Amino acid sequence: MNSIINRIDKNQFWKFHGGIHPPEQKFITENKPIRTLPLPKELILPLQQHIGQAGELIVSVGDKVLKGQVLTASNHPMAVPIHAPTSGTITAIKDATIAHPSALQEPCLFLAPDGNDTWQQRNICTDYHKLSRFELLEKIANAGIAGMGGAGFPTHIKANSSAAHSKRIEFLIINAAECEPYITADDLLIREQSPTIIDGINILHQLINPEYVLIGIEDNKPEAIKTLQNATKDLEHIRVCVIPTKYPSGGEKQLIQILTGKEIPSGFLPSSQGIIMQNIATCYAIADAVINDIPLIKRVTTVTGLGLNKPQNVWALLGTPVNYLLEQCEYQPQSNKQRVIMGGPMMGFTLPSGNVPVVKITNCVLAPSEKEIAAENTEVECIRCGQCADVCPAQLLPQELQWSAKAKDHEQLETLNLFDCIECGACAYVCPSYIPLVHYYRIGKAEIREQKQLEIKAEKAKIRFEARKLRLERDKKAREEKQRKAAEARKARMNSGTPEAKNEMSAVAAALARVKAKKAQTTDTATTTPQEQAVEASEKPKNPQIAAAIARAKAKKLANQNNFDTENPAKIKDKQDNQTDNKTESKPALEVSPEDKKAKVAATIAKAKAKKLAKENTAKETPSTVTEESDAPAAETVKVPDVVETPKLTEATVANEDDKKAKIAATIAKAKAKKLAKENTAKETPSTVTEESDAPAAETVKTPDVVETPKVTEANVKNVDDKKAKIAATIAKAKAKKLAKENTAKEVPSTVTEESDVPATDTSKAANTQKVAETVKAPEIIETPKVTDATVANEDDKKAKIAQAVAKARAKKEVTTPTDSKDTSKNTIAEEKKKRIAEAVAKAKAKKQQRSELT
Amino acid sequence: MSIVIAILVIGFIALLFGALLGYASIRFKVEGDPLAEQIDDLLPQTQCGQCGYPGCKPYADAVANGEAINKCAPGGEETIKKIAELMGVEVQALDENHATDNTPKVAFIIEEDCIGCTKCIQACPVDAIIGTTKQMHTVIVDECTGCDLCVAPCPVDCIEMRPIETTKQSWQWDLNSIPVTQVD
Amino acid sequence: MAFWIASSPHNHLKNKTSALMRLVIYATIPGILAQWYFFGWGNLIHISLAIASALVAEFFILSLREKKIPEQIFDGSAILTAILLGISLPALAPWWISILGAAFAIIIVKQLYGGLGHNPFNPAMAGYVMLLISFPVQMTSWQPPLQLMAIDLSAFDTLSVIFTSYTTDGYSVEQLKRHIDGYTMATPLDTVKTNLTLGLTIAESMDSAVIGKNFGIGWEWVNAGFLLGGLFLIFKKAIDWITPFSFLFSLFLFSFIAFMYSPDSNASTMFHWFNGACMLGAFFILTDPVSGATSNKGRMIFGALAALLVFIIRKYGGYPEAMAFAVLLCNMSAPLIDQYTRPRTYGHKKTQNAQDKTNA
Repeated sequence: MNSIINRIDKNQFWKFHGGIHPPEQKFITENKPIRTLPLPKELILPLQQHIGQAGELIVSVGDKVLKGQVLTASNHPMAVPIHAPTSGTITAIKDATIAHPSALQEPCLFLAPDGNDTWQQRNICTDYHKLSRFELLEKIANAGIAGMGGAGFPTHIKANSSAAHSKRIEFLIINAAECEPYITADDLLIREQSPTIIDGINILHQLINPEYVLIGIEDNKPEAIKTLQNATKDLEHIRVCVIPTKYPSGGEKQLIQILTGKEIPSGFLPSSQGIIMQNIATCYAIADAVINDIPLIKRVTTVTGLGLNKPQNVWALLGTPVNYLLEQCEYQPQSNKQRVIMGGPMMGFTLPSGNVPVVKITNCVLAPSEKEIAAENTEVECIRCGQCADVCPAQLLPQELQWSAKAKDHEQLETLNLFDCIECGACAYVCPSYIPLVHYYRIGKAEIREQKQLEIKAEKAKIRFEARKLRLERDKKAREEKQRKAAEARKARMNSGTPEAKNEMSAVAAALARVKAKKAQTTDTATTTPQEQAVEASEKPKNPQIAAAIARAKAKKLANQNNFDTENPAKIKDKQDNQTDNKTESKPALEVSPEDKKAKVAATIAKAKAKKLAKENTAKETPSTVTEESDAPAAETVKVPDVVETPKLTEATVANEDDKKAKIAATIAKAKAKKLAKENTAKETPSTVTEESDAPAAETVKTPDVVETPKVTEANVKNVDDKKAKIAATIAKAKAKKLAKENTAKEVPSTVTEESDVPATDTSKAANTQKVAETVKAPEIIETPKVTDATVANEDDKKAKIAQAVAKARAKKEVTTPTDSKDTSKNTIAEEKKKRIAEAVAKAKAKKQQRSELT
Repeated sequence: MSIVIAILVIGFIALLFGALLGYASIRFKVEGDPLAEQIDDLLPQTQCGQCGYPGCKPYADAVANGEAINKCAPGGEETIKKIAELMGVEVQALDENHATDNTPKVAFIIEEDCIGCTKCIQACPVDAIIGTTKQMHTVIVDECTGCDLCVAPCPVDCIEMRPIETTKQSWQWDLNSIPVTQVD
Repeated sequence: MAFWIASSPHNHLKNKTSALMRLVIYATIPGILAQWYFFGWGNLIHISLAIASALVAEFFILSLREKKIPEQIFDGSAILTAILLGISLPALAPWWISILGAAFAIIIVKQLYGGLGHNPFNPAMAGYVMLLISFPVQMTSWQPPLQLMAIDLSAFDTLSVIFTSYTTDGYSVEQLKRHIDGYTMATPLDTVKTNLTLGLTIAESMDSAVIGKNFGIGWEWVNAGFLLGGLFLIFKKAIDWITPFSFLFSLFLFSFIAFMYSPDSNASTMFHWFNGACMLGAFFILTDPVSGATSNKGRMIFGALAALLVFIIRKYGGYPEAMAFAVLLCNMSAPLIDQYTRPRTYGHKKTQNAQDKTNA
């Protein structure tokens, strides 16, 4: 290390490979002082202006903020806050174009200055030497300082990196090279603010405790060099190193190589080699933050280029729109392909518009004239002249990289060390074929990164998929095992003869009895004429909830009847189609309903219906149907002429009945509204709209479906019941039975009778009815939306199947009866059972009574 | 005598080669079906089933057994190319029956519409949806492969496939996509 | 305000491929002048024919490939190829030789491989070798220096010979090649080679009329002209200096070793330098970046390999001159050389090929 210092003292430096000498153009601004601009009308503050994480907003629209007030906060170590550059009001928080080559939009805070520039309370620190390391770091972090040279790396992380490595930091290098053409911001800052800069360097020195501080500065800034040399005269540990001008000597790795001869191994940080580098503007910001408690709210920006009448370095508040800077420096719009570059001409990026704000990394805004920076030249073929390789500071082979990048050969790109490219642009600068090499590399890098991301994701997805498969298998096995065990246990218990067993058995019996009772009830309901029911319902609103439900059921039936009454085969056909389709759609839902909630059923059915209706209606519309259908809900007293309102109203009505229902209805209504919106976009008549919206409103009620009617009744009855969840299963079964009954009509009444008569066969019958239900539903699935004939045929088919199922059930019953008789051999058990059954029957009767009273 | 020598020599050679083969069979033993594994590694692992197989691994197995290589819609041309290269077959165009919009997407649950039916959870091949019965569900964006399988089962149509938004990190340096309007 | 979007870097060195080509073309002028002075109008005529043929061929292919014709046809590369071919041809070769050669160079060697920047071989040399192998008689009809010729050859005569095989006075090529003393003259390299097979020593060969006082009448000056042009190019940084340096140095070394070993059967170093297409090859052919090696180390190897091949073929081969063959062989090995001479990237310990090996 001493040899390094010796060499530096002798002004001997190392050289890095390659490099170029683009026209410097620094004369445009280097002899004008830094100008302070008047406050702009609006400041745009992107929440993230550095590498890392954006902080969380801690202010909201309309808040009045003071100058220096912190606007974001975060616990993330890589997050740095932003501050209000002046006092004023937050006018908006929205996405706006950020200072990034992609011109993407990110959340930004809009601040309207009040013109007073009122500072928040500040704590001036008179002697930073007394501050502890932690306090210093905290001050730097809280001031929102991120590397101001261009990368925007959070400074407190870097300043603390000596702690991360056990290695002692040998050199703190202050980068004042400013090798990009045009830029003089650091030059001017040094000339005007050297004492503060030296303070900043000393603070960093205190934090990092390096053996030497090297200030690297190119020899094209004689005045700044002189200022620095004067300022550091008495500081033994600081060396001002005047290095020859060559682009890109300001690159981190290049400057390290020039000053110390060391190479930073690929993939490592300089701190791993005992070196930390900070930009000189960052030093200024650090001193300002620590001593004056001024957070990073302004910076020196070189506004330059021959497109400006008054190019000059300015103190730009962060968030100042570039437009404003250009305006202040009297921009002359260029006639053709004008560009404004943020950063230097070698590594800066063009801005899509002038509304992009100055951010922490904005060291230059370049508005060149057409002559200065020519519009793009057309790319021609590479002739492998090798000039790019000669100038590459990373010693890459740009032209080989270029071939691979064009061929998208990512593997080769990586073997050629694409990721060591610092994108300095030297290769593209010298290329006689005008190949935008750096652009190809950037695309290549982005693609490789994305590819890697995808690979990681794919790997993760694969693992998760495999894990899920395993889990499902395990679950399945576990479930089977559990069921088997439970069945065994039940059997054992039931056969044990203990009082618990009896209870259990009688409980089952009771449940069955209830089911039967309900069934009987519904049969009754079904037999009453819908008209009567409707009249009765309106007359006797004993229980408003039940009344409503029943009214709906009736309305639906009415609609149904009306449908059939009307001699419009086409319409009937439509209805049938509807029906069958509905069944098909609702079938899976019905199946799950035993364990799931009616919510799902209802939702699915409603959705399906809405869909079907919408489809059907768009296809061919019969006004009569429309009227009828919209009449249906009328009976329900929920008549609405509006698409949007209908579901809402229904919702309201339903809400009265049940909270849960309301929720479901809301969802359904929304879903429907969406559908409607989609479906009805063009030329739907208002009537259709009404009808369609009514369809969902009436939900389960309205569908002119024989099969579904009982279900609806059940569902509504269910609403009254508190223990809906538990009974749901029973109801489903009952429903199934009902279906069977309805469909088989008079053909198999015996089955029904038997079922209700013989409670002893409960278990078998439960299974039986279930099966019936299933068999009934099965043909429905297959049912194609055909004419009435087809439906009839299907019904026949259904009947046959049901008959078959019933026969099976009977056979089963016969088998189970002996077992049952064995069970009931004991008197006590029989009595107990009878009692229970009586109870259940009584309950059922009561319910029935209630019902008939209602109707 | 010479016969004995001949037999000995040949016997020795036979022994030598035998030993060599035995060694090689242990040393260079290949576990499982490497081809299917390799193909599986190339597939995008969306587990979307658009190829007609229940997941990427089954399709990889099928490809290894002679199934067409052009059925992976999410993988697109890239994957076909890679598989073709691996298997030494001709690159084919993506099967039209399996062609879909290839932009990367993630599922998004419109939370206020979710009724908590868990159907999407059951459909998700990578367990990227969390939630439970009657509770609102949500998608773990980082885990979602954009396979589309959860959209169909949703009874209230509250799942949308949304294209993944470009961020500063994922931006592909597509300068042409930046709208440029000339100043009047 | 909306602005124009572009990728950095935004400024650019004011140089162009076409400008580079033009510079190289200018650099051939001293050599061509010397050729004209000592050998007459033949090569100038061939250069013109070749240029015309090359441009037509280029236009034809570019229009077939639907490329931007005006830009690419005048990027100078086709013209340069034609000039280099024209310089290399025997002055009295028939007209169709240059037409065919240039067309072959452009269509087959350059464009069919993908056009500028994609050709693995130097088009001019590939064209030359094709001609040499296909038409050995026409391609060995080297014209002796004008001062040694028995018959005066005017520009018009040359034109006549090229197009009709006879001068206006009815002399054939064979007759033109006669020395004043009546014997047929060959090139210095040919002379030495033939004499060696006849059992004559180098010293005896040096007495031959075509060789003159130094290394060959005319030839030495032509080579000097190209050397001058080459140095000019190096000075202008249009070509890299490593390849020619490596080539000339290696050729010097090989011939020197051979000469030291047996001065009677090996020509001197300078004889090798200033004969045949040595300087043209060193500065104008081997430095063709498209078909050459790219890294500095690679260029060094490339040049040395070319020198070795030139020396071996000149000494042991069936042909007296070897530049074209050597160039083509080196072109073939260039990718391999590049592969193994990749420079160490900043921040990487091992060189690339060492890494490749460890990866493999």
